Amino acid sequence: MNTEEKPAGRPKYINPYFGGVLLGLLLLLTMYITGRGLGASGAVKSAVVTTVDNISPMHAEHNVYYHKFISDNHSPMFNWLVFESLGIFLGGLLSGALYGRLKKLRIEYSPKISGKTRLWAAGIGGILFGIGSQFGRGCSSGAALSGTASFSFGGFLVMMLLFGTGYVLAYFFKKLWI
Amino acid sequence: MGPLIPQGIITGEWDFVIALLLGIAFGFILEASGFSSSRNIAGVFYGYNFVVLRVFLTAVLVAMIGLLYFDYMGWIEMDLVYVLPTYLSSMVLGSVIMGLGFVLGGFCPGTSYTAIAIGKIDAMVFTGGLFLGIFLFSEAFPWISDFYYSDNLGSVTISEVLGISNELFTFIMVVMGLVAFWGTWLIEKKVRKTIKHYKFE
Repeated sequence: MNTEEKPAGRPKYINPYFGGVLLGLLLLLTMYITGRGLGASGAVKSAVVTTVDNISPMHAEHNVYYHKFISDNHSPMFNWLVFESLGIFLGGLLSGALYGRLKKLRIEYSPKISGKTRLWAAGIGGILFGIGSQFGRGCSSGAALSGTASFSFGGFLVMMLLFGTGYVLAYFFKKLWI
Repeated sequence: MGPLIPQGIITGEWDFVIALLLGIAFGFILEASGFSSSRNIAGVFYGYNFVVLRVFLTAVLVAMIGLLYFDYMGWIEMDLVYVLPTYLSSMVLGSVIMGLGFVLGGFCPGTSYTAIAIGKIDAMVFTGGLFLGIFLFSEAFPWISDFYYSDNLGSVTISEVLGISNELFTFIMVVMGLVAFWGTWLIEKKVRKTIKHYKFE
């Protein structure tokens, strides 16, 4: 899809090195203000904990993992990463609107597969990323990017292994992309 | 001086406002760099688009150098900067699982939020998957908690493990980064000639 689009209709992205410098400065600013880096998967974790706690408070109470994130005086949604992730969404919306990429609902996929295949791959990929981010103490933002930048060995390890595994396994999923 | 919030220079009530503003900047940069497209992102694994490597690595290098500089100038108290603890086995397994999820899904959590914002259904499904994955992990936690907490090295830094200073490590990373930027630029040029079903920016 979209392969026939005219050059004039192409999305315009900023220069990746410029984007990288901006992201690096933002990360530095975040560490300077908060003493921690950026994150993303933590917001979904808060959503999971909140959902389970609302449906079955007893169940959440008895599970050590949920229990870690439940507080008596406020909802798990009152969390730094939840507000930051809401910001990620709004920032994406702003940029998308500004650059003309904010369009009707659509699925992006390689012409070699169907939209349905893409959704299955995206769903399974999401499940795996969700599980992996818990074992890894964060995802590509919280562990790999912020961890490495603050010289955490674990963060560096996650960065190398996450991308390394991607390269090792990429061959088997080539059809999904090109 | 910094970090401002841990030292009480900015008080806690501003936490969520700051979180929202930093998040907006984060999301804007991700989307503007092209991370709201899974096919752009996945290009890093097939050589047709190295935007992820360029943005990610540049950001890491800038933040590392900046942090060292802030420390050198005495602008930030490094002891108060959070160092992600290392749980060796758990993090190795987690990274491998995330790597597989990355190649399959084409997003990571942060990028999927920006893709949802511009209307990508596949990103909504990916984020739904995240929710389900974290739920499954939490439900299974009683059985995996021993593994989850095993091999705890604490908040160990790269320099402590590798036995080199943070400054030297940063320098090595900069050199390796420059080589990677140059090498991937060559690879990308070559690969793009053979691919037709993808539009390049």
